[in-house]
Amino acid sequence: MNDQQSGSTTSTLFGYAPAPESRSVVDIAPSYGLFIDGEFREAAGGKVFTTRSPADEEVLSEVAYGQADDVDAAVRAARAAFETWSALPGTERAKYLFRIARIVQERSRELAVLETLDNGKPIRETRDADLPLVAAHFFYYAGWADKLSYAGCGPDPRPLGVAAQVVPWNFPLLMLAWKIAPALAAGNTVVLKPAETTPLSALFFADICRQAGLPKGVVNIVTGDGATGAALVGHPDVHKVAFTGSTAVGKEIARTVAGTDKRLTLELGGKGANIVFEDAPLDQAVEGIVGGIFFNQGQVCCAGSRLLVQESVHDEVLDALKRRLRTLRVGDPLDKNTDVGAINSAEQLARITELAEAGEAEGAERWSPPCELPERGHWFAPTVFTGVGQAHRIAQEEIFGPVLSVLTFRTPEEAVAKANNTPYGLSAGIWTEKGSRILKLANQLRAGVVWANTFNKFDPTSPFGGYKESGYGREGGRHGLEAYLEHA
Amino acid sequence: MSTPEARTSPARGARLSVLKTYKLYVGGTFPRSESGRVYEVTDAKGQWLANAPRASRKDARDAVVAARKAFGGWSGATAYNRGQILYRVAEMLEGRREQFAAEVAAAEGLSKAKAQARTDAAIDRWVWYAGWSDKVAQVVGGGNPVAGPFFNLSTPEPTGVVAVLAPQNASLLGLVSVLAPVIVTGNTAVVVAAQDAPLPALSLAEVLATSDLPGGVVNVLSGGTAELARPLAAHQDVNAIDLAGADPEPATELERAAADNLKRVLRPAPEGVDWAAEPGLERMTAFLETKTVWHPIGA
Amino acid sequence: MPTDAAPRDAGRGSLSDVATSDAALRRFLQGLPGVDAVGLEARAAALGTRSIKTTAKAYALDLAISMIDLTTLEGADTPGKVRSLCTKGAHPDPGDRSAPRVAAICVYPDMAATARQALTELGADGINVASVATAFPSGRASMAVKLADTREAVAAGADEIDMVIDRGAFLAGRYLQVFEEIREVKAACGAAHLKVIFENGELATYDNIRRASWLAMLAGADFIKTSTGKVAVNATPPNTLLMLEAVRDFRAATGQQVGVKPAGGIRTAKDAFKYLVMVNETLGDDWLSPHWFRFGASSLLNDLLMQRQKLATGRYSGPDYVTVD
Repeated sequence: MNDQQSGSTTSTLFGYAPAPESRSVVDIAPSYGLFIDGEFREAAGGKVFTTRSPADEEVLSEVAYGQADDVDAAVRAARAAFETWSALPGTERAKYLFRIARIVQERSRELAVLETLDNGKPIRETRDADLPLVAAHFFYYAGWADKLSYAGCGPDPRPLGVAAQVVPWNFPLLMLAWKIAPALAAGNTVVLKPAETTPLSALFFADICRQAGLPKGVVNIVTGDGATGAALVGHPDVHKVAFTGSTAVGKEIARTVAGTDKRLTLELGGKGANIVFEDAPLDQAVEGIVGGIFFNQGQVCCAGSRLLVQESVHDEVLDALKRRLRTLRVGDPLDKNTDVGAINSAEQLARITELAEAGEAEGAERWSPPCELPERGHWFAPTVFTGVGQAHRIAQEEIFGPVLSVLTFRTPEEAVAKANNTPYGLSAGIWTEKGSRILKLANQLRAGVVWANTFNKFDPTSPFGGYKESGYGREGGRHGLEAYLEHA
Repeated sequence: MSTPEARTSPARGARLSVLKTYKLYVGGTFPRSESGRVYEVTDAKGQWLANAPRASRKDARDAVVAARKAFGGWSGATAYNRGQILYRVAEMLEGRREQFAAEVAAAEGLSKAKAQARTDAAIDRWVWYAGWSDKVAQVVGGGNPVAGPFFNLSTPEPTGVVAVLAPQNASLLGLVSVLAPVIVTGNTAVVVAAQDAPLPALSLAEVLATSDLPGGVVNVLSGGTAELARPLAAHQDVNAIDLAGADPEPATELERAAADNLKRVLRPAPEGVDWAAEPGLERMTAFLETKTVWHPIGA
Repeated sequence: MPTDAAPRDAGRGSLSDVATSDAALRRFLQGLPGVDAVGLEARAAALGTRSIKTTAKAYALDLAISMIDLTTLEGADTPGKVRSLCTKGAHPDPGDRSAPRVAAICVYPDMAATARQALTELGADGINVASVATAFPSGRASMAVKLADTREAVAAGADEIDMVIDRGAFLAGRYLQVFEEIREVKAACGAAHLKVIFENGELATYDNIRRASWLAMLAGADFIKTSTGKVAVNATPPNTLLMLEAVRDFRAATGQQVGVKPAGGIRTAKDAFKYLVMVNETLGDDWLSPHWFRFGASSLLNDLLMQRQKLATGRYSGPDYVTVD
């Protein structure tokens, strides 16, 4: 395939006019307090921080900065609420969760716009992926609340107590749902700390709890930064810690809870391998590669950030991939036609930039489709590195950005060896028309989620979580309940 | 509202209520019986409530056709989708809570408070089953560690068209307790309402018709249980029958008739059922098949 | 894995010998890369969410109108009906002469002369006459009949022939027979352009549709077309997307460009936009013209015109403000 032909897909005739989603569906207050014991309140220390839109750096709101005293108040509220909440019949807890699910559905467009503003991801994703999954997650665990004796944790499993939950900025509301839904279904109460750069959807969720009539103190939201999170997971009256974020912080938390009776689940980093065999359904494999690394700007722990392609089809796959990348639309996250939005923060952009430069310096070949990046905000063009070896930093370290490292393999054994050759073990993809090979590789891959002829699929019924340094415990499905239940 | 009070003549000057015509529910529409027959439905004190359609064997046949037609779509819908629709049914039930409580009170001769409690339990029961749609496979299915290089997975699948004889003594709670477990897993149903207390069932049909439930997934017949049970038990295109509402002796006859095409049969409990107790999985698993898939594992 | 090497690496030269025998052709077609149905459908659905507004909408509406093969294929067709359709094709919106013409009028062979004459009288010679042929829609006739059908249509003035393949032969694996039939019909077409209809709804699987696409292109099709409009499943976004991918790959392999025509079931402007978006993002500018992409449709035109009126006036139009044919 020559380049002149493959380049023809950058249309000049049919340019889509701007199609911005309306901002007016969401009403962001100039400032937000902490949500503790059913009320919004200022932080004890009176400190605040701002949250900005990563797409244009506009200040969206001012948010209370929670510190140790605030965390303590929140944990106490959760502790107080625990007695009645855990004693409620499951049927009643179920109905609260069903209410939340329904309100999320009703307000999903508002929440999608809000999430896009605060996070920078395209409205297409918040509208079509994040929000439907949030609602579905609450629906699913709502149904478990009155069926806990079937969860595989004994005939009469007990909740653990107060759950300390710390969620990241890449899927702020979805990660909140993954944490809060099973915790409440099982009868726990929660204190949740959203990420510093994306606190707004959690605060809107607090309002949803109020609309649903959720008893006060069952859900508490404490906004802040890493210190806030550390205070939360270190609080003595917390009996469960759930964290999603970087492996480095996950290890720190594991050290913090050592020697306590706190239960811990961790969803950490990854360096997922997407393995493409020569008999793959090629067009769909290309879509899977693109979705695997450019969904949410690659800021996904289970991203297919390494493409392992069988050497015999390397050129063909790369040609098709580049042709497809030329059609990606990078820009205004609120535009309904945008495929790739903004990087969440300047800090994250710096890390991506640094690793991409390391890739070049180490001799890998860098390529990006022609695309104009906006002047304001945090942006990084979709990038592909070819000629990458296992020893390159971009093959080993999690970039957490729209950067794909392409490696080759010759045999299934080599593919598995390379895929497993990282400290991580979260996700992997296999592309081949041969069913028995899929199952063999799936057995051999040391990863918590293996997608075959698809990628980045999520469902509330399906357990998600990692091997090795990608963390432990599972979220989603029946297995996800175990993290919040004591066998009895 | 069809409370007995509403059906009596009003005092001078008061408003005369509009009575509801009760109809069958077949294939998403509300026909009268093809036979043109009705029968008197009275409250527990013998006071007239309504003329209910007395369905014929031909109505039963039409209902089976409708149920079969709906089976492909309903069983092929995602479990999530079915769960959403069933939860919507619960929402609509809640919206008509007062009406159902009144109908249950009249049908079963219960106090207002007791009838309300039964109705609430019926709504909660519906919610309970709605939640099973995407969980039952996780509890009764699973991977099997066969001794060889094979992937081996067992999953439950709905058995098909299920005839349901609703309990005679629990017009709404009993009905919900036998109907919801049949359809939540993807079966379609032909329900014969409690013979002497069919009105809550016929009103439930109105709820189902406005809850995004595809037409034909549930078909509701009123009339003589024995008259309708016989053709359903013998019907070659019915896959299973729940005999909850059959008397012991005819139940045996019906089970024998059902053996002709090896229908799955759920027998009536001889000592009766406490419809208020949490039911367990049996009413779902009774109408599920287990499918096991083998696939080699090798690079 | 020798299977998929052939189409991907082959230039024109090496493709010339794939149709030397039934066995060789079968090996070639069955060696094409597989299609994952779920992934294909997901991609088509994702492209279907593109939002086409304002200037893009104006462009897409006019482009879509200009790509229509305005069609009547009924047993009840009469010269009056066909002439009426030709008038509509030449001036789709009586109230707005700026509305573009359609690409072609598509009729049965016995109506081709009527259509040709009507278009000439209208001064609309730029509109082509397309005629279905080869015992449309079933294709169940002898080869002699199919060729005669084709020659008659061409002689009557058809500029384009929409032939149907023998689905029975295809499903029975007699690929060479289908290949030869297309070649012979192509020869019978003379200067007329040949569109080859697969009847995707009867081929049933995406793998079959990809094979049929390559088979027809190798045999000389100028266009590949989804369906007759006469069966339950006609053009769908995924089956059309698959054919777009096939013409893209065929040009990359041979340098020859082939057009695509979805037909049947495309009734609204919104539907049409989904197809144009697929063309745009799969093939790009080179195919965004009536020379390379057509819609086989009848009722679609009026919806496009109503949307066009909405864009011009700002108010929604209604069926009383467009003509029935």
